[in-house]
Amino acid sequence: MSTAKTRTHHHAHHYESATHEYDTSKQGMWLFLVTEILMFGGLFVGYAYFHHIFPEIFKIGSTFTDWRLGAANTVVLLFSSLTMALGIYYTQMNDRSKARLMLLITILCGAVFMVIKYFEYSHKIHLGLMPGSWYTADAQAVLEHAKEKFPGLTEIPSNLPLYFSFYYMMTGLHGIHVMIGMGLIFWIWLRMGRGWYGKDHYTGVEGVGLFWHLIDLIWIYLFPLLYLVT
Amino acid sequence: MAHTHGDSEHHIIPLAVYLKVFAALIFLTVITVWVTRFDFGAFNAVVAFFIATVKASLVLGFFMHLKYDNMMNRVIFFSGVFFLILLYFFCYVDEATRIIEKSTL
Amino acid sequence: MAHAATHHEGTNYLNHERGLWSWLTTLDHKRIGILYFITVFFFFFIGGIFALLIRTELFKTGVTVMGPETYNQVFTYHGAVMVFLVIIPGIPAFLGNFFLPIQIGAKDVAFPRLNLMSWYCLILGAVFAVSSLFVGGADTGWTFYTPYSISLKPGVVLMVVGAFIAGFSSILTGLNFIATVHKLRAPGMTMNRIPLFIWALYSTSIIQILATPVLAITLLLIAAENIFQIGFFDPALGGDPVLFQHFFWFYSHPAVYIMILPAFGVISELIAAFSRKTIFGYTAIAYSSLAIAAVSFFVWGHHMFVSGQSEVAGVLFSVLTMLVGVPTAIKLFNWIATLYKASINLASPMLFALGFLFLFTIGGVTGIFLATTALDVHLHDTYFVVAHFHYVMVGGTLMALVGGLYYWFPKMFGRMVNETLGRVSFFFIFAGFNVTFFPQFVLGAKGMPRRYFDYLPEFEHLNQISTIGSYMIGIGFVVVFIAVIHALLKGEKAGDNPWGAKTLEWTTSSPPPHENFLKTPIVTAGPYEYR
Repeated sequence: MSTAKTRTHHHAHHYESATHEYDTSKQGMWLFLVTEILMFGGLFVGYAYFHHIFPEIFKIGSTFTDWRLGAANTVVLLFSSLTMALGIYYTQMNDRSKARLMLLITILCGAVFMVIKYFEYSHKIHLGLMPGSWYTADAQAVLEHAKEKFPGLTEIPSNLPLYFSFYYMMTGLHGIHVMIGMGLIFWIWLRMGRGWYGKDHYTGVEGVGLFWHLIDLIWIYLFPLLYLVT
Repeated sequence: MAHTHGDSEHHIIPLAVYLKVFAALIFLTVITVWVTRFDFGAFNAVVAFFIATVKASLVLGFFMHLKYDNMMNRVIFFSGVFFLILLYFFCYVDEATRIIEKSTL
Repeated sequence: MAHAATHHEGTNYLNHERGLWSWLTTLDHKRIGILYFITVFFFFFIGGIFALLIRTELFKTGVTVMGPETYNQVFTYHGAVMVFLVIIPGIPAFLGNFFLPIQIGAKDVAFPRLNLMSWYCLILGAVFAVSSLFVGGADTGWTFYTPYSISLKPGVVLMVVGAFIAGFSSILTGLNFIATVHKLRAPGMTMNRIPLFIWALYSTSIIQILATPVLAITLLLIAAENIFQIGFFDPALGGDPVLFQHFFWFYSHPAVYIMILPAFGVISELIAAFSRKTIFGYTAIAYSSLAIAAVSFFVWGHHMFVSGQSEVAGVLFSVLTMLVGVPTAIKLFNWIATLYKASINLASPMLFALGFLFLFTIGGVTGIFLATTALDVHLHDTYFVVAHFHYVMVGGTLMALVGGLYYWFPKMFGRMVNETLGRVSFFFIFAGFNVTFFPQFVLGAKGMPRRYFDYLPEFEHLNQISTIGSYMIGIGFVVVFIAVIHALLKGEKAGDNPWGAKTLEWTTSSPPPHENFLKTPIVTAGPYEYR
């Protein structure tokens, strides 16, 4: 890890200064984040829409998600957001080795998140709790399970699979973003090892950081929506 | 040169602030789980949504530096949120005022 | 402003680098604009052939040249190609890419790599869309309405994925333009000095950023419905097809303004330049673009009056839709006021601008008819609607695109378009357009439904007139093609400012140098200070 070598960044020809380039790039990143918000937003609106029509399926469906795993993942992601922010902080302080350590921890947190997600998914797939017409779960077993929380229940709504469609679409799209984010942070980590970034130039770190925080932001809403519906 | 673009001052947030924000986020996560023990009826979703929004504001303001950022980036972010609410609003108006047999599930 | 660049003959953006590879890897916004130019007109040719096939089939009742299944595919590809690959990228990605940085005195767009990537997204999207032809094709119409579009057809999936990828092209262009307008304006180029074309592109970009992501998720869900039957939009699985229409039109109604707002921008430039007069109501035209962009998000439900959405929503959307008429009319009145007592030069670009005013007004006013719920229930899905949106999209956007092409051609390639060819093409397109689409208003009012491959015998005469008109439009565009080739090969050399226009692009050489300006321009006056 040779972080001793520092590379100087030359701003592109159509900018006046590095600051000008930094400001513009950050604005571009915020514009991109808005598109992400609206893309995920479609799923959130769909969730709210169907939750209003069929509140039961969301209540029953969420009994199959384990809030402890969801909470664990929330803490993991929040912690990764902290380390990401610290990664930028240490870059601003010109301490590239600490910054790289923080980035590495962030990637690891992303990996832990995905592993927990993997266990959640495989458990559900094992029970046949799949989206839409792929749903094969045993109706009696589902009823028994749901009765633990809702004793008065006599029948499982026929469109319960819709809840799992939301579960897989929302967490799936989010998971894809986590993996893309991990890839981007790894790329920043590599470049920093080759002497890029420092107190005068951390646009790339900041941009990837914003993307990672957005992933966290979306999870902050997904956690109560999918794990704690009452 | 017409500096319509405000030069950012490269504000550096102190380490302690990051740690405090993280502590607050963890605390609020505990609260999120804790409030599910109580039944506020129709307000359950509102309470959960409110706590999530407080958490989101912390992430946005400090981790994403929006609190120290220029006005334009804030406007960009909030315009995204506004138009998302718009999408929900009209879908909701339609759904809530339809005269159809409601699900008896 | 001084003609700073005239004595820099020889090198320009076209011969700055040579070879096909230098074009495919270029980061120069002007070259990327030219790549879009070629792409858009290529797809326009494809979409045009589909259009002529539709009209030929409808020349007579019964089977004329194809059966109903083929017909359904042909109108689907006509719509999808024209919307996603021609009209949406048409003006912003081609003329906008070329002229947005130059008009504000910048050296390039904010993110040149993203700009190139957006072109590749369009190409990749097009490849997916076209490849659907080889797996049975798509016959859903460009709107992909559920539940028909989720009935497991691989062609539909590929088409939807193609539109999804092409959507990213649109998003990246919009993102780039907003950042460029905010951050890269030349000294003195304040927001109230940017040309009206820039205001229009800026407003368009806002829509591209805010609306396209919702289309992206909707198309992703359609693909997922096809592959995994997730059931969001499938009533058989407890979903709601009306929600699909909400999501789809949340994008696709603002998308109509992605298509027309840049055309408004071009028309503002043309009217000012060929009236040789300061544009009337600069501020009103500029802000009405923003107002249209904003209002466009409040009106999407007018596509859904007969979809099963609630009456309350219908009335709400109907009233809100009427609001669009206000900023649009503000623009129209300001253009007409600019023409008043002006020294009008009826060169071919101006003919297209005047043609636009005429056709767009008809398209716009019939839009207000259709916004009236009671009338729309009768006219919905008839040829009246087809005529209405073609008056807006073709009579509006395509007229502006060709007008803008003739106007800026000398700047882009340093050569003039032959005036006679320009006028002949205008005659065929304008006359042919009215012959094609005016009868369709009558057909629609009489109740002829759209998207049917056959019709009742009493509609035959008007359909035949319409088909003849479509051939006239076809001839018109062949003349446009000849005019462009002729200009490239034998066109008269153009000076820096052949039209005597005042915006910044005319102060640099034709074609512009690689860096747009040899010296960063200092702006001291507004864009249209003629007299």
